[in-house]
Amino acid sequence: MLHIVNKSPYQTRNLESCLRLAKAGSAILLIEDGVYAATRDNIAAAGIKAAIGSVSVYALSPDVEARGVNNLLLDGVKLVDYGGFVDLVAEHANTQSWL
Amino acid sequence: MKFGIMINEGPYTHQSTDTAYQFVKAALAKGHQIHRVFFYHDGVNNATRLTEPPQDDRNIVNRWSKLAEENGIDLVVCVAAALRRGILEENLAKGFRISGLGQLVESGIQADRLVVFGD
Amino acid sequence: MTESTGGIEVEEETAGRVKKFMFVNRKAPYGTIYALEGLEVVLISAAFDQDVSLAFVDDGVYELVKGQATKGIDVKNFSPTYRALEGYDIEKLYVDAESLKARGLTEENLIVPVEVLSNEEMADLMAGQDVVISF
Repeated sequence: MLHIVNKSPYQTRNLESCLRLAKAGSAILLIEDGVYAATRDNIAAAGIKAAIGSVSVYALSPDVEARGVNNLLLDGVKLVDYGGFVDLVAEHANTQSWL
Repeated sequence: MKFGIMINEGPYTHQSTDTAYQFVKAALAKGHQIHRVFFYHDGVNNATRLTEPPQDDRNIVNRWSKLAEENGIDLVVCVAAALRRGILEENLAKGFRISGLGQLVESGIQADRLVVFGD
Repeated sequence: MTESTGGIEVEEETAGRVKKFMFVNRKAPYGTIYALEGLEVVLISAAFDQDVSLAFVDDGVYELVKGQATKGIDVKNFSPTYRALEGYDIEKLYVDAESLKARGLTEENLIVPVEVLSNEEMADLMAGQDVVISF
């Protein structure tokens, strides 16, 4: 399953719920304001670090770049462009958007 | 692969329709098909031809119309959500059509994947 | 029926295809329209004879709280509709245990009978769906 999170971890607890209900082997894609969760020392960083290993964590690079945080990314977060987003959707049987 | 797309927010206020647009473009570029784009909640506001953004900004509504025309994409606006928000046949932009919620469920059945974009 | 389903000939277009649909409700009622319009999708889905489940996670559990009285805000109270879902053959209502507990609620506070699921059960159920539509 591909989980998509689009909110800053400071604004909502969506990412926490996502991490709680994402099974091992699933993927999490951070898009829009969700990419702030992929930065070093942010409020969600510990949760993301703990999840990496059992789930794959991706961030949408155009959103990362738009927000100026490309130099602040956590180790282990993989960047994808919109084509990579499409591939992730195709590779997983279903998607859940944590709106 | 065949993708169904659901868009739940209007243009400009939220990024969701921009993200959905970029996703659809990238999917087409990779040779995938778009079964339908279904507009729900405030997403129906993507379908009004009355929008006039400043000239140096993207025209989100026209962008959808153009993409639909060039690629034969079915842009469906939920009738109940549209009527609530004053989106009617008479102010519908090119390439959009108004229909029922069943079109969303049908897209879920017929597409290989359904992706929801919202806020 | 054709009007509500968008003029689709349900029988012909989707005949024999039964997918697992899950509607994930994560928003409280009234503050935003997502819960109400989400429920409208659920009702329409009943016409397509799919395998429909509803999940209530995070603030979505507030949709099911008993005793909603909306006269004062002049908005329709749509909570009784959850009790009517059974009549549409929509009987799989799942509530996330942790969301319930975090809000000081128990099953006793809910307007309909539900199945309360652990993290692991909810995660498995969600992962096993064909289509997940979230509100």
